[in-house]
Amino acid sequence: MSMAEDGGYNFAYLDEQTKRMIRRATLKAVAIPGYQVPFASREMPMPYGWGTGGIQVTASVIGPDDVLKVIDQGSDDTTNAVSIRNFFAKTTGVRTTEDTAAATVIQTRHRIPEAPLRAGQILVYQVPIPEPLRFLEPREIETRKMHALEEYGLMHVKLYEDISRHGEIATTYAYPVRVSGRYVMDPSPTPKFDNPKMDRMAALQLFGAGREKRIYAIPPHTEVKSLDFDDYPFDVQKWDVPCALCGATDSFLDEVVLDDRGGRMFVCSDSHFCATRRAEGHRGADPTNADAFLMEAAGR
Amino acid sequence: MTDTPLLRIEDLTVMYGNRVGCRSVDFDLYPGEVLGIVGESGSGKTTLLNAVSGRLAPTAGTVRYATRADGPRDLFAMTEPERRFLMRTDWAFVHQNPRDGLRMAVSAGANIGERLMGVGARHYGDIRGAALDWLGKVEIAGERIDDLPRTFSGGMQQRLQIARNLVTGPRLVFMDEPTGGLDVSVQARLLDLLRELVADLGLAAVVVTHDLAVARLLSHRLMVMRDGGVVESGLTDQVLDDPQHPYTQLLVSSVLQV
Amino acid sequence: MYVAVKGGEKAIDNAHRFLAEERRGDPEIDEIAVDQIAAQMSLAVSRVMAEGSLYDRDLAALAIKQARGDLIEAIFLIRAYRTTLPRFGYSDPIDTASMAIDRRISATFKDLPGGQILGPTFDYTHRLMDFALAADGQPPAPAPMAETEVAPNMPRVLDLLGDEGLVERAAGTAIDDADAPVGDLTREPLEFPTSRDMRLQNLARADEGFLLALGYSTQRGYARNHAFVGEIRVGEVAVELVPEELGFAVDIGDIEVTECETVNQFKGSKTVPPQFTRGYGLAFGHSERKTIAMALVDRALRCRELDEEPVAPAQDEEFVLSHSDNIQATGFVEHIKLPHYVDFQSELELVRRMRRDAGAAEAMAAE
Repeated sequence: MSMAEDGGYNFAYLDEQTKRMIRRATLKAVAIPGYQVPFASREMPMPYGWGTGGIQVTASVIGPDDVLKVIDQGSDDTTNAVSIRNFFAKTTGVRTTEDTAAATVIQTRHRIPEAPLRAGQILVYQVPIPEPLRFLEPREIETRKMHALEEYGLMHVKLYEDISRHGEIATTYAYPVRVSGRYVMDPSPTPKFDNPKMDRMAALQLFGAGREKRIYAIPPHTEVKSLDFDDYPFDVQKWDVPCALCGATDSFLDEVVLDDRGGRMFVCSDSHFCATRRAEGHRGADPTNADAFLMEAAGR
Repeated sequence: MTDTPLLRIEDLTVMYGNRVGCRSVDFDLYPGEVLGIVGESGSGKTTLLNAVSGRLAPTAGTVRYATRADGPRDLFAMTEPERRFLMRTDWAFVHQNPRDGLRMAVSAGANIGERLMGVGARHYGDIRGAALDWLGKVEIAGERIDDLPRTFSGGMQQRLQIARNLVTGPRLVFMDEPTGGLDVSVQARLLDLLRELVADLGLAAVVVTHDLAVARLLSHRLMVMRDGGVVESGLTDQVLDDPQHPYTQLLVSSVLQV
Repeated sequence: MYVAVKGGEKAIDNAHRFLAEERRGDPEIDEIAVDQIAAQMSLAVSRVMAEGSLYDRDLAALAIKQARGDLIEAIFLIRAYRTTLPRFGYSDPIDTASMAIDRRISATFKDLPGGQILGPTFDYTHRLMDFALAADGQPPAPAPMAETEVAPNMPRVLDLLGDEGLVERAAGTAIDDADAPVGDLTREPLEFPTSRDMRLQNLARADEGFLLALGYSTQRGYARNHAFVGEIRVGEVAVELVPEELGFAVDIGDIEVTECETVNQFKGSKTVPPQFTRGYGLAFGHSERKTIAMALVDRALRCRELDEEPVAPAQDEEFVLSHSDNIQATGFVEHIKLPHYVDFQSELELVRRMRRDAGAAEAMAAE
């Protein structure tokens, strides 16, 4: 029996006033793509930094007929995803799922699902530091002005410095993007590999930062461009090998340490995507079968 | 020389409570002209500079600038974004202390390139090329392009500040004691550089200084300030060689003739 | 065949059960009772109420028990609970001038109306371990009663100085109007620059250790403000609320608070005669260290209104107020325990590649 049903807490934990306040902030965010809207973040039963922003956004938009998926690092089974999914199961009683296509609301930490999302779905991102300029300019007063006046020279200065120092842009996650040609935004600590998925995504993308008290959004079918230089264009990570379990060559791979002799294997970070492919019959060369692994290593 | 002045200052007054910063100042500035403002500390010259460069709102009077797109406009009737944009593109401000006008934590190249990137430059190679070009113009070795400003001498930092300011091709430059705090020989080199750049680029400039030698070398016209007011103005050589006002005479005569 | 680790749910369940076991400890030993904590660890309870921003001794005591004595964890419990409570309205400001005094001291005068009332203080104890306490001995003999009662309504030292015009007015801000709207830190996000009401709210629930260090820094010269403790008072005050339907105030209960007012560096000029400035600290329960530190930091943060150049960390309002909340701080500091392997993977890839390229460049250069 859910907490809501036994009368202890309101549906989705937050009271209706609070949800309304958060939805108002969210609507404002949707109306100004990429702009960080301040909101009066509530103290939640999880620590700040552990997803309270995403949780508050989800709590405000979720309804009894929604189907919820929660992932962390791309997987449904990581501890924090389990904990958050249980929280919503207890406080709303909604159906939960691991199936990306079946979900209506997906709350995520640090990954975008590999399977393209469709209209009618909502992707809620957990955001630790919403301000893309924060590490270049620690003062909130200054960064607000920079956004208001579109003074983003400093952002490109950082990219310039990377190239002059390392020969390439050295940002690999939380890679800044420009939304609808106007606001520069931090996509949350998703790997840059995921940035292209944000561009003109058919689903609604909502971003919640509880500790920093900001909500921002990208409406469906909105242009999202990663910052770069014309002669140093944005590019994504690539792996030398496909997923060891399902053979996928186009998904983000996690590195798994097999032993203390440098044994490694790479598997899809998106656990449901990988499981779906395996169910369809795709296979990779699983290197825990040691011979296969050694043959492959020798061949490289 | 066109008919419309680039900058028209009318009856400009800045008060700090009851204290006079500067009072009822008028002048026009035309493209290619350099105006020097001299006076002792407390004369109001820095206040005047801050007001005419948009950094300090005047208590009374107007600052009118001939914008490229819309013709003459009242600077303080503009919105803050418009004013800030102007200050980053058409205008330049050279601070007395180069650390105030540079980003000390980023490389020389990035310092020069920032304004270009701020107005949409998106080709790394071109930006770097422009930075190298400007380092050359201000006589800093190109191999220093990736070094941080704190590894530069005071004179080099000042030249870097100048490069950073001029890279967007501003039409009007404000300078606050540009050679203050530098060795005499370094000053001389910097003044020569400034004079060349101003002439080559056809810049208009307003230079505040307490040093009459700097004023003579750089400016076409001169305004002498005292206690917030302008006591004398005219062509530089005339004012310095044949001062009319007793205060100007005092100022000129008290300068050591080397 | 590699099987991705599953069973995160089970692992969490088991972890929670292990936790419960650890919390209870050895079953041979008596379980701690909530009322014992409330009665005998009242200073811990005070801190949890103050930083939890919720006055309820029993709840704070329960939180301390549930948190196994980790006070920040207990404060977290209180804050989370507070979120769920219905709000009826705002009380009238409490009147600390009519406090039922338990303790009241002033460093600025040797004696003053109402006297120096030491109250239950550690101040003059010798910090020697009392092993008799471990032996569970007899309860101590009751403290002797004084001959005269503590005076009701002792005037505040700063009001006395204020009457002579020696110290700035109590409000001390541009908004001197008692009816001016007061912000609510728990309902609006903090925006910079702040107003003093929001600053004081932030400081009232701020981490005691953080404020202690910042206050200490001002004394050691990081924006020294020459503080004297004008007065510290500890005792109970009535809380009154004016319900809309009634239109007059009703007393809804008494709470214990600690209030500290400091008298600081005087300011003056040729045209304005000099006056002392002030700092203010207020907290639930008996919380002296907190309120003194709070008053020092409050005074430091008033630099803008008092025309002082901010030169030290304690004067940097963005720095102080953004990092004072220990629930936010612990959440974010501890969150780095969470899986970050996807982002780490991205960094690994970059560093490996850069090292490979550097190695190749070196090899080519060597040829």
